[in-house]
Amino acid sequence: MASANAVLSPHVDAILPRTRPPLPDFTAELPPFEAAPGRERLIQFREALREAMSEEMRRDKRVFLLGEEVAQYNGAYKISQGMLDEFGPKRIIDSPISENGFAGLAVGAAMYGLKPIIEFMSWSFSLVAADQILNNVPKMLYMSGGQWGCPVVFRGNDGAGGQLGSTHSWCVEGLYSNVPGVKIVIPSNPYDAKGLLKTAIRDYDPVFFLESERMLGDKAHVPEEEYYIPFGQAHLRREGGDCTLVSFGRPVNFCLEADAALRKDGIECDVLDMRTIRPLDIDSIIRSVRKTGRLVVVDQCWPFASVASEVITQVVERAFDWLDHQPLRVNTEDVPTPYAKNLEAEYLPNPAKIAAAVRRSLGR
Amino acid sequence: MTTMAKDMHGAGAMKDQGPGKAQPAGTPASDLLPDQTLVKWLRDMLLIREFEMRCAQSYQQAKIGGFCHLYTGQEAVAVGTIASVEHDDPIVTAYRDHGHALARGMSPAACMAEMYGKVTGCAKGKGGSMHMFDRPNWLFGGHGIVGAQTPLGTGLAFAARYEWEVLGASVDGGPAKKKVSLAYLGDGALNQGALHEAMNLAGLYSIPVIYIVENNGYSMGTAIDRGTTMAHDLRKKADAYGIRGEIIDGFDVVSLYDHFKPVVDWCRAEQRPAFIDLKTYRYLGHSMSDPQKYRTKDEVEAFKGKDSIDALASRLMSADSPRAKKRGGPILDEAALQALQAEVREEVRRAVDEAEAAPTPDAAELYTDVFLNPQPNLSPSGDYTHGSRNPLL
Ligand SMILES: Cc1ncc(C[n+]2csc(CCOP(=O)(O)OP(=O)(O)O)c2C)c(N)n1
Ligand SMILES: [Mg+2]
Repeated sequence: MASANAVLSPHVDAILPRTRPPLPDFTAELPPFEAAPGRERLIQFREALREAMSEEMRRDKRVFLLGEEVAQYNGAYKISQGMLDEFGPKRIIDSPISENGFAGLAVGAAMYGLKPIIEFMSWSFSLVAADQILNNVPKMLYMSGGQWGCPVVFRGNDGAGGQLGSTHSWCVEGLYSNVPGVKIVIPSNPYDAKGLLKTAIRDYDPVFFLESERMLGDKAHVPEEEYYIPFGQAHLRREGGDCTLVSFGRPVNFCLEADAALRKDGIECDVLDMRTIRPLDIDSIIRSVRKTGRLVVVDQCWPFASVASEVITQVVERAFDWLDHQPLRVNTEDVPTPYAKNLEAEYLPNPAKIAAAVRRSLGR
Repeated sequence: MTTMAKDMHGAGAMKDQGPGKAQPAGTPASDLLPDQTLVKWLRDMLLIREFEMRCAQSYQQAKIGGFCHLYTGQEAVAVGTIASVEHDDPIVTAYRDHGHALARGMSPAACMAEMYGKVTGCAKGKGGSMHMFDRPNWLFGGHGIVGAQTPLGTGLAFAARYEWEVLGASVDGGPAKKKVSLAYLGDGALNQGALHEAMNLAGLYSIPVIYIVENNGYSMGTAIDRGTTMAHDLRKKADAYGIRGEIIDGFDVVSLYDHFKPVVDWCRAEQRPAFIDLKTYRYLGHSMSDPQKYRTKDEVEAFKGKDSIDALASRLMSADSPRAKKRGGPILDEAALQALQAEVREEVRRAVDEAEAAPTPDAAELYTDVFLNPQPNLSPSGDYTHGSRNPLL
């Protein structure tokens, strides 16, 4: 379990600007995930993201938002709607279609002492900025021998599901989590989206924040107050003794559906919403596996060298003797993303595939 | 000699610089400088040349590893351009970066120790020859990927502009001021998308970054006109992005300063970008392993005839220059020049000795400087921690 409050580099004052806000106090208790009936504040995932950015931009003038169509168009997916009106064109900045250029601009600006939020219309398009985000962002602190960090938040849509075909359906976490030096955040619901994005903006390290276009319209209770969800702390969404279901981002919702269906047959899972991939709350996974003896990892990346592979490897390394069945994984099928609706559905993880894996693990 | 090098540095653009040539208005900027500044430039150029010579030696003795790109021949570029900006104007460069580091004020000892992979190096031995960083001297690296530093230089100037425009103060809470950034690149980087994206953004957003093409005629073995269009007039590339373009001779540091300083002043005042085709030449191979089949010895010798150190030394030793006349004698005599050379030799010799004697980084440093806010479970193979303080901080 990640410790509540950070142990920062003792040299941090020589590396980050003196006007930066402190890290949030993670010892503060989080507001309830679910509100009492009738007291919910139901807002969309996209509004939760906007609220997180706006709150932090009001706090810290160093924070700015740069990306394609974020300002005058109000966001390709309306995440930044209205932000131009509040913060003006010097802080909500439309960029041309120039991912490598503006990602690199953000690197320079962050080294200098600003706090950029870079919106990729889709993480699929971040591939043309791969040199900046994989070669420069995660390595700057190391390469400079601890002289400059690179605290940029890169965020945008990740994952398939909208029939966009293979170029537009990337799940970059499989590729990018291989690289040391960034934190990778992947919320599954509006409450987490707000609390995790606020933490990302306040963090002193670079963060890749993976959203899903499929979920932007999802509504859930999001507290109006400010709150910060610590990285590296999974959220146990359902409790059950039969099998451990581990997932990240959108497929967490499929796991919840699978669990609901399985409960009708008396099979109950621990459903762990990991919230962040790096750091990975492996301790919560191990704790659950020790209880259930079974593990199914659900991951929207391709299976080969995926996040699921990593989770299973770590579990085998640390809890081999506790396993009653070999760990299983449900990934997307190992092919380019197809367009046809039925094929795409076949390609993605879904509640039926997840439930089948749980049953297989239990021999039922 | 390839036709290109002739065209580029000879019959082509160099002789006919066209209407965009930077013209000093009225008094040359260097006239305002004290004699001692010119002597300092000579010393800096001598220091770089000596430093690179000792790097080559140590490399041949296998005491320096990796790739090693020497700056010999191009000294006037780093010294003259850096002299034209303020100390707190941020700069960023490519992998041929020892000259910029020294001209910016990094101690030869920290630079050489980095070459040796020692903990006393500017990046604690984690960067190497291509990645020289110096925070106190506003040098934001040393970057190994051709062209990748150009968006960074753009971002540095973007941030500097943001300071006075949005924050109304520096990021550290001090007063804000109008700055420029310098983004150095080789002629090979002209063909990288990163540069073109960066220039478009700079033109579009009016970012006060100055792209300095250290045009030494070759990227490895590729003569410039085999790699880029409009090699005879690179300003056309800047035109396309609405950026002021200039061609400047990089062999005579005083003339370089006279032409470059007004561009800097203009960029600072107008908060606009500029693009400089700075003609220079590297005497040695691309890196330490380059048989140099792509150019002739004659070509190299011809450029050595325009050597920037010789040019400045004879300028300072002349009895007929306006400066000499004003002070009633040359600024430097033979003895003073020799003393300067000896001083520089000694300084670099000490840097080498110190680098040899310095300890290698502790194995525990492997897992440091990855995160400023390291948390548990970021990696399955080890816990990230905080390392020793960087010797430059
Ligand atoms: C993206 C990328 N491609 C290739 C290389 C290998 N490489 C290093 S330097 C170089 C030549 C670059 O020449 P130029 O930009 O003219 O700089 P110079 O060496 O003349 O200073 C090449 C091809 C690299 N470092 N990065
Ligand atoms: Mg070159």
